[in-house]
Order: sequence, then C-alpha cells, then structure tokens
Amino acid sequence: MWHFIFGNLTWAALPHEWFTIGGTAAMFLMAGAVVGWLTYARRWRWLWSEWLTSTDPKKIGVMYIIMASLMLFRGALDAAMIWLQQAMSVGASHGYLSADHFQQIFTAHGDIMVFFVTMGFLAGLLNIILPLQIGARDLAFPFLNSLGFWLYVAGAVFVNLFFVFGGEFAATGWLSLPPLSELAYSPGVGMDYWIWSLQISGLGSLIAGINFIVTILKMRAPGMTLMKMPMFVWSSLCSMVLVVSVFPILAVTIGLLWLDRFFGMHFFTSTGGGNPMMYVNLIWMWGHPEVYILVIPSFGIFSEVVSTFSQKKLFGYASQVAAAIGITLLAMLVWLHHFFTMGAGADVNAFFGIMTGVIAIPTGVQIFDWISTMYKGKIIFTQSLYWFLGFVATFTFGGVAGVLMSSPAADFQFHNSLFLVAHFHTMVIGGALFGIFSGLTYWFPKVTGFKLNERLGKTAFWFWLTGFFTAFVPLYILGFMGATRRLDHYTDPAWQPFFITAGIGLVIIAIGAAVQIAQLIVSIRQRRDNLDISGDPWNGRTLEWSTKSPPPFYNFAVIPEVKSRDAFWEMKQGGRPQPVYQDIELPKNTAMGIYVSAFVFLAGFGFVWHIIWLIVLGLGGAVTCVIIRALDEETEYTVTAAELASMENNHS
Amino acid sequence: MNEALPAIGFQRQERVAFGFWVYLMTDLISFAALFAAFSVLRGSTFGGPDGADLFNLPFVFAETMLLLVSSFTCGLAVLAAEQNKQPRALIWLAVTFLLGGGFLALELNEFSRLVAEGNGPQRSAFLSAFFALVGTHGLHIAVGLLWMAVVALVIWRRGLSSKNFSNLLRLGLFWHFLDIVWIFIFTIVYLMGVL
Amino acid sequence: MDQTDALRTAPASAGLALFQPKGVVATGERNLIVTAVLLMLLLVVPVVAAAFIIAYKFRAGNQRAAYDPNWDHNKFLQSLWWGLPALVILCLSVLTWRGAHDLEPSKPLQSSLPPLVVQVVALRWKWLFIYPEQKVATLNFVEFPENRPVRFELTADAPMNSFWIPQLGGQMYAMAGMVNNLYLMASQTGEFTGGAAEINGRGFSSMKFTAKAVTASDFSVWLAAAKQSPRGLPWSDYLKLTQPSENDPPAVYSWYEPGLYNKIVAQFMAPAAGSGEPQLIMPGM
Repeated sequence: MWHFIFGNLTWAALPHEWFTIGGTAAMFLMAGAVVGWLTYARRWRWLWSEWLTSTDPKKIGVMYIIMASLMLFRGALDAAMIWLQQAMSVGASHGYLSADHFQQIFTAHGDIMVFFVTMGFLAGLLNIILPLQIGARDLAFPFLNSLGFWLYVAGAVFVNLFFVFGGEFAATGWLSLPPLSELAYSPGVGMDYWIWSLQISGLGSLIAGINFIVTILKMRAPGMTLMKMPMFVWSSLCSMVLVVSVFPILAVTIGLLWLDRFFGMHFFTSTGGGNPMMYVNLIWMWGHPEVYILVIPSFGIFSEVVSTFSQKKLFGYASQVAAAIGITLLAMLVWLHHFFTMGAGADVNAFFGIMTGVIAIPTGVQIFDWISTMYKGKIIFTQSLYWFLGFVATFTFGGVAGVLMSSPAADFQFHNSLFLVAHFHTMVIGGALFGIFSGLTYWFPKVTGFKLNERLGKTAFWFWLTGFFTAFVPLYILGFMGATRRLDHYTDPAWQPFFITAGIGLVIIAIGAAVQIAQLIVSIRQRRDNLDISGDPWNGRTLEWSTKSPPPFYNFAVIPEVKSRDAFWEMKQGGRPQPVYQDIELPKNTAMGIYVSAFVFLAGFGFVWHIIWLIVLGLGGAVTCVIIRALDEETEYTVTAAELASMENNHS
Repeated sequence: MNEALPAIGFQRQERVAFGFWVYLMTDLISFAALFAAFSVLRGSTFGGPDGADLFNLPFVFAETMLLLVSSFTCGLAVLAAEQNKQPRALIWLAVTFLLGGGFLALELNEFSRLVAEGNGPQRSAFLSAFFALVGTHGLHIAVGLLWMAVVALVIWRRGLSSKNFSNLLRLGLFWHFLDIVWIFIFTIVYLMGVL
Repeated sequence: MDQTDALRTAPASAGLALFQPKGVVATGERNLIVTAVLLMLLLVVPVVAAAFIIAYKFRAGNQRAAYDPNWDHNKFLQSLWWGLPALVILCLSVLTWRGAHDLEPSKPLQSSLPPLVVQVVALRWKWLFIYPEQKVATLNFVEFPENRPVRFELTADAPMNSFWIPQLGGQMYAMAGMVNNLYLMASQTGEFTGGAAEINGRGFSSMKFTAKAVTASDFSVWLAAAKQSPRGLPWSDYLKLTQPSENDPPAVYSWYEPGLYNKIVAQFMAPAAGSGEPQLIMPGM
C-alpha cells in the first residue's frame, strides 16, 4: 500500500544531512519571505494577473531574467563550494566534502549554469528584444511562450528538489555519460532528478525555439526583408535553428537513458549488448551545438552594441550574416572532437579536428568586422562597450585554446584536464555571459525606462575581468601540470597555490557581482536622474528604440514600415509620418501554461520516485489542459483605434 | 470591427501552419535519432533472437495496410471538409479513427506476444531499440487518435470554422507524417530485419 | 622487504608536466602544442592589439580622428578578413592532419625493439596491469623498460575511464567489453604519475598509479623478482578486485588466471553462438 501511494519515497528521503537541511531551510525561508511580502503588501492578485499569467513577451522576458539570476546565485554557490574543497583537499587533508557530495556539486553547477542561467538569460533577452526589433507586437504563439517559460521554471525547481526529497543529485558530471549513469553504477534518485530536470526544461527550450523561428520568419514589419534584419535577429535565428535541430536529440538521448533506468532496457548499459559510445555520440551531437546556441546570440548583441556606440553602420553586414550561418552549420559537424580519445582512428579524428578549426574562420571574421566597425567611428565608452572589449580580450585567447584542442594529438593531452575546463569557462563567461551583460546594460533602459548607473557598471566590469583572469589562468596552468578536472582530492602540493589563486579570482568575481547588485539598487533609487524619456537613450539604429521606454503593452501603436537595415536611424534622418491608428488584437492572459507545467512537474516527480498514479495524473492532466486550451476560442482581445490614439497621446 | 482583422486571422493560420511544420521537423529529428540508435544496436542481440526470428511479415504487412488506408481516408476527410461537406468529413474521420485504432491494436498485440515469449525490451539491446522506435511511433499514433477524436467532436459541435478546418489540416499533416515514418520502420526494421 | 613498499609514495611533482615530456609521444604532442599556439598568436596578438588601439584612437573625444558613419563595406578588407584566418587554419589543418596520423595512439611506434604488451583493466577504483608475455600482473603500478615501445591494451570492468600518463603521452579511453590500443615509449628512466581522467564514481580522484621506466637490465631484475612474489591472481581474487575500493596499495602477482584478460573483456559481450573465442569489438565511431 505504501509503495502504491508513495512509490520509492520513504522517510529516509527527507533531509537529514547538513547540506540538504540547509538547502531545504534556505528554500523555505526564501519562499516564506516572498509569500510574506506578497501577503503583507496585498500583491497576490497583482502578481498573478500582471505577471505570472501574462502572455506579454516583455514580461515573460523579465521573469526569465529574474529566474536566471536566482539560478546564477545557486550555480555560483556551487562554484564556491567546489573551489573551497579544491583549495583545501591536498595530501593528508581531504577537505570538507565527501567525494560523492563534491561530484554532485560540480554536476549541478554545470547543468545549472548551462540550462538555467545562460539559456534563461538568452530566452529573456530574446523575448524582450526580438519582437521590438522586428516591429512585432508579440510572439507567434503567446500561450506556448508562457508554457515554455513555466516548463523552464519546473525544470529549475526540479534541479533543486533533491534538497527536500532524496538528498542526492547526480554525481556523474554535467552530461552523465553511461555506463556510470546507469542503474548499475548510479542506483540513486539523483540521476533521475538530472534526467527529468533536463527533459522538462529542454522541452521548454524546444517550444521556445519553434516560437522564435516562426516569429522571426513570419512576423517582421513590412519591408524588413531577411537582409534588413538587425544582426541580433539574425544571430537569434541561427541560435534557434540550432535549438530545434538538436534539442530533439537531447530529448531522445536522455529519454533512452531513462528507459534503461526505469524499465531495465539496454541502450547504454555495459551488458545486454548496450552501447555507451552511442550515448557519447548522441549527447555531443546536442552538446556541441548547445555551446553555439549560447554564444551566437552574444555575437549578435555585440554587433548591435559596437555599431550603436561607434555611431556608425555595422561593417560587413552580409559577411557577418554569412559568418553566423557558417558557424551554425559547422556547429553540427564537430561533435566528435569531444572524444578524440575514444579511439575512432586517425582519419576520423583528423576530419573532425579540421572541421572544428574551420569554425574559427567565421568567428574570426566577426571579430575583424567589429573592429572595422569601430574604425572611423565616434566611439562612446559605455559599460555595454566595455563588456565587448572584455570579450575581445578573453574570447580570442579562449579561442586559441579551443582551436589548439581541435587538433586530436594535442587534445590527447588536454582531454578532461583543467585546461579544458578553463577553455570552456572562457568561452561561456567571456563569450556568452559578457555578451549577455552587454545586452542587459544596453537594453535596460528600454525595459525599465531609466538607465543603469555607468560608474558602478564599469567598476563591476573591472572586477569581473580581473577576477576572470585570476580564476581561470591558474586552471590553464594546472592543465599543463597534468591535473584532471573534477578532483575532490590531489596529492601534488605544487598544485595547491594555483587552486587557491583560482579561488581568489572567484572572490573578485563575486565582488563584481555584488557591485552589479548595488548598481541595480542605486540605479532604481536614482531613476529620476536617469530617465529615458525619448525612448532612444543611445541614439540607436534599430526599431526597438523607436518606441517608448518602457514600451506600451502593444509595443507599436502603428507597425513601422522598414526601408533599410538601420530602420530607425533612417527614420530619424527623414522624419516620421503622422500615425494612422487601427484596431489591433492582442493575446489575453492565460494560466494554462502554469497548469500544464505543474502537471508535467507532477508526472516528473512520479517518474523519479516510481509513483505510478502520479505519472498518470500528471500526464493526463497536462493533456487535458492542452485540449481545453486548444478548444478556447476567446484567446484574444481587441484594442480599438480610438483607445490606441488616446493612450498614445496621453503618454506623449 | 476593422477590415484588417480577417487578414490578421489569415496570417495567424499561416503562422500556425508554419510552426507546425517546424514542429514536424523536430519530430523527424527525434525519429532520426531513434533510427540511428536502432541501426547501431540491430546486431546487438546478446545471444537472443534477431529480427528474422521474431517478425511475422504478413502480420506487419496487415498493420501497414491499415495505416496506409487510414492515411488515404484521412485525406478524403480533409477533401470533404474543404468542400464544406461536414457529415462526409466526419464519417471519413471516423473511418480513419477505426483504421488507426486497428493499427494500434495490432501493434500492441505484437508487443504483448513478444513480451509473453520472453522477448521483451529488457532481453537485448536490439529489442530495446526495437520497442523504443516502434513504440514511439505507436505513441504518436495514440496521440493522433486522441487529437482526431477532439477535432471530430469540435467539428461536430461547432461546425467547420476556419480555425477548425486548419486544425484538421494539421491533423492530416501529422497523420501522413506518421505514415511516412511507418514506411521507414516497415522497411528498415521489419523488411531488412527479416531479409 | 616487499618490493612494492617504495612505490607507496607518489612520484615527485612533475611541475608543468606537459612541457617536461619524458617520452616520444608526449614530446611530439608538446611540439605540436607549442607550434600551433605560436602560429595562432601570430594572428591573434595583432588583432587584439588592433581592437584596443582602434577603440582608443576613434574615441568620441578625439577631435582629430576621422568620422565616417556610412563606411560599412570594403571589398579588399573583407576578403582579407576571411583570408587571414583561413590561411592560419589551413596551416593548422596540415598540422592537425599530420599530428593525428603521426601520433595516433593505436599506431605502433618506430623502434628496433618489439613492443612490450601490457594489458590494462580499469576497475573501481584501481588499475590492473597484466603482462601476457611475462605472465605476471601488477596493481596500481606498472614497470617497463625505457626506449622500448609499450602497447597498452585498455579495457574496463567498471564505468568508462580514460588512461593518462601526462609525461609519457596523451589519453585513451578504457571501456568495458572493448579494447583500445595506446602505444607509449619512455625516453628515459624515472617514475611518472598516471591516473584516471574520466569521472567514474566515488574513488575517481584517488585512482592513481605509478608508471616506472627502468633500464632493460633493471626490468629483467624486476621481472625475476615479480615471478617470486607470493601472491597470485585467480579468478576468485580478481572478482574481489572488481568490488569498489579506494587507495589499494600497489601489488605484484606472480601468476594470474589463464586467459584472464579475454575473460574480463568477454563478460560484456554476447555469448558467442557456437564459436570458441569471442570476437573483440574494436571501437569505432
């Protein structure tokens, strides 16, 4: 009877170790504080109807960014714990963490930073900026947008849920290669939490990918041909094409792993004829493009930022488009370079090595084009441009390390070493994250109506940059010393100073992050001094600057006509026509995304703990909700021309 | 009401249709991954039976015919709906539903026979891959049947509005897509397994 | 005194191990790394410098700098921007191709001596080394002569692992039911740290071994001593080794279960229909 109701869940699953008790307490405290404030301030209805159930991409985007920031905090805490262990655990000392716990922490760190931080920030920026840049009022599928966000949230909750139920996460590394991740070697629920948090949030990413592609290809303002799209739109399109191309592979791969674990099948087991190498191939067919999914949009952001703050047209637009498309295609042809050491033979290794090197060509072209854009410009050194320059300094050298590893014979010495770890942190922090920071500071006034404090932003930048080098140069060196990644303990005392230096770098980065929080608070308090009344604080070039800051819920009262690439720049030279208002239709709010994702969450919980009735309830509930939504004929409402006119005139 | 609104409605249907195509492409990639897994593992019988020992071609051929005919009748339903002949469209949908249901029943019968003989998905990597690939297709058929029931119900109750018609069109697309996938399964899994 | 006592302490720190190779493979890999990095820096350093110089020169405050807001295309520059990285990558591709073939781990090394065969089994969490020609086996330490190629035949009876002796040469995966060959050759005597490079569970970090290169005559002496070791490794004792354990002290076995290695590999393969020896699966794509 117990097993029927609770599956494998027992009292022993409840928190009883210091980190699970601490994690659970922290989560309940945070939840309690939020609930308390909402109740005290009587903000429940406001939160529900203005935010949680909203289908406005600008609001969903803000929610994504808040969620991603919270997860960044969690992931950074993991990083700090990893560092502390590695700084202490040499020779006779074994640090403060058990090997198993340490392995869970770096697994969670990797997954959280990729799936819930970087992907979350990206989805947020795309939601807010894409429709504005292409002159659209919303995304193609507002309900799916809300659903995608809530699936992302469900995945994020899932990745933290082990604190409360089960007490363990996967201890297998962020990609959980079998046979280690199979039942034989990882019998616990941690592995199942890993599977379902990725499966659920991956489904959200896939849905978002389809939504953005349709939005970009079908909803551009009249006149905006493909070759007149802003670079950020192009890079987002490329990134989302990769999402829809490879996320199905991820879903199938971890789906098969789940079949192995749940039903005792033999896809990737050592026994029964299973083939773990197939998993390694499949997961990297997703995993490598995923890196480009994260970094290509940042390239787009830099194209916007460099052009705007050089007060000059983007150099080599067509070339940049070609480069972005080239990177996109090549990204799908290089997955094998993640396991040159598996013994595929010289010819296969050399082919994939050379293809990987070739990616550096379009990437190099983009950097050359940005430099050419600055040439003969009138450069304004804002914090957004600082992040770009920081990117040039870090990313190029990370790229050298990457191309170096693309040569199989060199990779034999770097594979799974801290050199590799340093390399991909350079790419993800110096490439993706610096791009995201550049974009966040650049578009902040568009979202909120006031600018961020520049001085604190630049201070944060310098902390981040020096912290970054202090933290990761030692890891490159440790790689040269033969240190593998994921060590909870090592014997060579010569390594310790480097681990400690890396930790100091982490502290400097943390100070940078603290300054960013201070920057946000100060900027909010001083917002009246930094108001963006014109809607165009940077003398921008693209359509998002042609509307107010923050934009009205309908984005554009009149959909703009686009005549050239820098649509808004040209408009400013010419002068805008008198607006003629028409009725417009906008999506209503819907709570269905929350319900569907809640049911999916329940089903996932049932899968983890083998609670059959919960699986049935969850899946049945989700399907029923989708059907109810599909049958709803009243999903939109009309804003009349008269209402539009009065709102527009009142504001201006 | 403004004159521009019907045009907006049309744009929306076009968007939905395009989005559905993109979805189908993603689903195709999922199936491609499953086919790849099957191809890698088809020889890994681990001492157990292989396709030639297990598959009953006439039986699978009957399955195939059911699905092919259902694809045809689904097309007839769409044609009837296009000519605004609602009862006829509903009848063809019902026929399609029965044929699809028959297909699913046969497939489940095959699965249960295999499991009863001790050749379930746990037997070997080959059988894991077989059950996963064919089963995923079967799951899609089940979802398609559910969708078909809902579409039929909605057309019956609310008539052939443009929204319902485009919904039916997408269902037809989905159904033909599953048919094509099945042709590949029939060829790669069954024919090549037996021959 | 047990001859393994001396090996209980890890070899001295190797410093920047990758830049202090003690074997032909590691030397080749080091040379490739250095050449490739220098080649890339040739392009990257000027580019980064140009980025900052141009950014500074064309700052808004500089009244003397030219300003041309519409300059967005130049055929010559554009082809240069594609051509320069393409040229560097072309050169690198040659290096990559040659490196991948010259330093392919499964390729025998050139030497007048035949390779010493050492079969390696990655366990949880220890390394078992089997000398099929000498009929001895060791645990968590391996000894071989300098200047003679060693063919490590890698497999696992545990989660996938990666075998790495940084100062002798790069890695190769050890996987259950499969055999990967890795040729290495020490160019001088010494003790080098080797270990596991792929996460494989709780004891991952402690899964180290000492690789000891000695002169040919010392190797014979060691071998003779090993033959005298009181310990042997029958199948039942091997099965005990497959149980998870950490920090097992090095051991020498004077004999082992006949056909031990093939038996270990064959556990994961299909019971072969009729034929005797199971076919070894060589990993490919």
